[in-house]
Amino acid sequence: MDEVFDITVNGVGHTVSCAPDTALLWVLRGDVGLTGTRYGCGAGSCGACTVLLDGEPVHSCDTPMWSLGTRAVVTVEGLGAPGAPHPVQRAILEEQAGQCGYCLSGIVVTAAALVDSGADLDARAIRTALDGHLCRCGAHNRIVRAVARAAGVPDREEGRR
Amino acid sequence: MIQNPSLVANPLVSQWLDFHEPGVVTARTGKVELGQGITTALAQVVADALGVDPHVVAMRPASTAGSPDEGFTAGSMSIPHSGDALRRASATALRLLRARAAELLGCPESDLRVEDGSFHRGSTSVGYWTVAMSTALDVPVDVEGAPGTPRPTSERTSLPRIDLADKVFGRPRFLHDLRLPDMVFGRVVHPPGRGSTLSAVDRSVALGIRGVLAVVVDGSFLGVVADSERTALEAAAALAAAATWSPPRPDLSDATVHRFLRAAPTVDTPIAVDELPADRPDTTRFRATYSRPFIAHASMAPSCAAAVWDAATALKVWSHSQGIYPLRRDIARAVGLPEAAVTVQHVEGAGCYGHNAADDVAYDAALLARAVPGRPVHVTWSRESELSWAPFGAAMVVDLDTSADGSGTITGWRYDAWGNGHSSRPGTLASPSMLAAELQAGGAPVPPSHDPPEAAGWGIGRNGVPAYRVGALSATTHRALEMPVRASALRSLGAHLNVFAIESHLDDMAHHFGVDPLEYRLRHLDDPRARAVLERVAELSDWSTPVRGDSTGRGIGFARYKNKGAWCAVVAELVAESRVELRSLWVAVDVGAVVDHDGVVNQIEGGAIQAASWTLKEQVGFDAGVVTTATWDRYPILTFSEVPAVRVEVLDRPEQPSLGAGEASMGPTAAAIGNALRAAIGVRVRDLPLTAEHVVAAMTD
Ligand code: FES
Ligand code: FES
Repeated sequence: MDEVFDITVNGVGHTVSCAPDTALLWVLRGDVGLTGTRYGCGAGSCGACTVLLDGEPVHSCDTPMWSLGTRAVVTVEGLGAPGAPHPVQRAILEEQAGQCGYCLSGIVVTAAALVDSGADLDARAIRTALDGHLCRCGAHNRIVRAVARAAGVPDREEGRR
Repeated sequence: MIQNPSLVANPLVSQWLDFHEPGVVTARTGKVELGQGITTALAQVVADALGVDPHVVAMRPASTAGSPDEGFTAGSMSIPHSGDALRRASATALRLLRARAAELLGCPESDLRVEDGSFHRGSTSVGYWTVAMSTALDVPVDVEGAPGTPRPTSERTSLPRIDLADKVFGRPRFLHDLRLPDMVFGRVVHPPGRGSTLSAVDRSVALGIRGVLAVVVDGSFLGVVADSERTALEAAAALAAAATWSPPRPDLSDATVHRFLRAAPTVDTPIAVDELPADRPDTTRFRATYSRPFIAHASMAPSCAAAVWDAATALKVWSHSQGIYPLRRDIARAVGLPEAAVTVQHVEGAGCYGHNAADDVAYDAALLARAVPGRPVHVTWSRESELSWAPFGAAMVVDLDTSADGSGTITGWRYDAWGNGHSSRPGTLASPSMLAAELQAGGAPVPPSHDPPEAAGWGIGRNGVPAYRVGALSATTHRALEMPVRASALRSLGAHLNVFAIESHLDDMAHHFGVDPLEYRLRHLDDPRARAVLERVAELSDWSTPVRGDSTGRGIGFARYKNKGAWCAVVAELVAESRVELRSLWVAVDVGAVVDHDGVVNQIEGGAIQAASWTLKEQVGFDAGVVTTATWDRYPILTFSEVPAVRVEVLDRPEQPSLGAGEASMGPTAAAIGNALRAAIGVRVRDLPLTAEHVVAAMTD
């Protein structure tokens, strides 16, 4: 049976009628019409669908609508735009840190939360924070470099030459 | 002079370029964006040849309605073919425009100065676009002479990727994001395993869901169309639960895959046929067998397509296929329309590393869309389907039997390789090669893959022949004629295992004779460009200083891709304790004249990381006909923490023809890792991937 949900996405309110166990991912891509949040696996194992819920990165593919409550959703589209990019977005462009870029939406979201948290970061910590994100094209090192740049920390690491 | 097939098929300047839109050079290519940045590189080629800013070059998306037919985007041939064609077409266009401009300005051509899209004579000038209005471009591209070379890398910076901003801001860009008026959404339900057929399904479980528009059952092809993606998913899950299937073939399991390849009837193709020398008293023989499993493409996005039928007589398909014209041929054959009634438009998908399920899902979309005429149907595969039903990179077995004299000089080399062919792309087999064509009622099984011929660089035998001086050489490939698992092209085809095998073998020979592996290679290499990449990678990695640390090892690998493409040498450094921790890769590569420096570095680095993932972790698993590795948890790939530091150096050769970069680092990376592991633990592991299980098995051998 469908239920009605009022949700806030990137600061805009939407009313959606769907089955309560529908994953937030499909509501975003379909009902809300924001396709920047990507489907990769639907099982919480690739990170492509990551969004922020009240600032916390979560997998929208395994976030059922019933569990959302009043938490506000921010997607990659809500983090920045060409005229006003998030520092992570700007750094990824500056470092040309991507190949196909399918993985980038989720990575941008996680990295933005990481950088915005003000935590003490180094390259190793950035790698660990991104471990839930898969990238098949091998753009990892460029992405780490970009996030380190956005966080204002060096990208060098012990043990890797 | 070698003919460029892209120009043979599309000889006119106007097929490549036009100046219809003021201020814009519209350039067309039949090569498609696979996430490798090719459209950026080709725009750079056109800009360089015409002397204009790259930003005025608009690359048209490839479509069978209007783009040159360039076959497949594969085999690292986009720069050699499309790049060469566009460069020559641009140079021809510039020659024609200059001649016409001279007429318009009433002066000899030698009085004209060409700058930024205009011809200048003194203080008067006329732009390319004005000149083009009265210049015929329906003339053949000049194919004689040097194509002209791009400016040296040092004189310009790389152009930023055309597509990247959209991706960073999450704007629609991928086919997955395509939304058309009246669009509806489809999903397919695949059989549980190889050889299963659909026994029965209760369609009403799906048709009872609000928003479901159609259920399509055709033999063992099962799919659903609904008004939203979430409803399609819900209905597909209901159908999957309601369907019963015959059991999969029981004979396919991890243990049987390689045995099967040797046991099946084969087509044997000799690559080299020297008589091997008889052993002499000082001869040492080296015999070993190497293998790799089936490997999944494992793109981050499951494959996707859209299709719409206009009445029953015209079909339009949107696809991220590597070959829009061959796909059109096979879809037309399969649905019984003339080719001209089918249009295939390319839209970008996620990273593509070979013949994945793009073509399969395009045909699925065509079949589902037939049930809802006039409405575009958008279909995406599930992750599970992608990891179990897309074609895999072919499993292979290689036997090497080599000999050397008392001084260590190689005197004989015998190579035999077994496997399925490496190509079952659409448009190339006796019957359509999309999965659903096999599943439909009366469908013929997809015929066994064929193997690219020598001119295309072989498939099983790609890089099967070493680049070294090896004395007498005998090399044969044995292509299996049974194909229980769909095998097709995956980045670098047979070169991944072949280079791993050759370079592992060579390392063991060097070790046997107490010679440094780099020195041993150089002793057997005459080609100066091969020597140059090896010497350069040795410098980069500080090869001459022994590596320190427990269980730490460093190894080297080299190949010239296809024996006629890019030269690439890699050094790997790793620590092998309870598992292998790959720390660093150094890569030196020679791709001739560099078109897009950052693009080459990106491709080579990405290739090295992907090859490291294949080599260290990846193996498609089977149990009684069922793929056991259908999720990321069961088919792990290298993670951020596991990715090594990678340093790439490109040896620029502005005076040499440009070569593709996409596949050159795969084999040498695998080889360098294998050799580093041998250096770290003193044991040679010959079965890929280099997992703890295979290491332990090699230790007990
Ligand atoms: S799609 Fe959500 S984690 Fe993969
Ligand atoms: S850039 Fe293609 S998956 Fe990361």
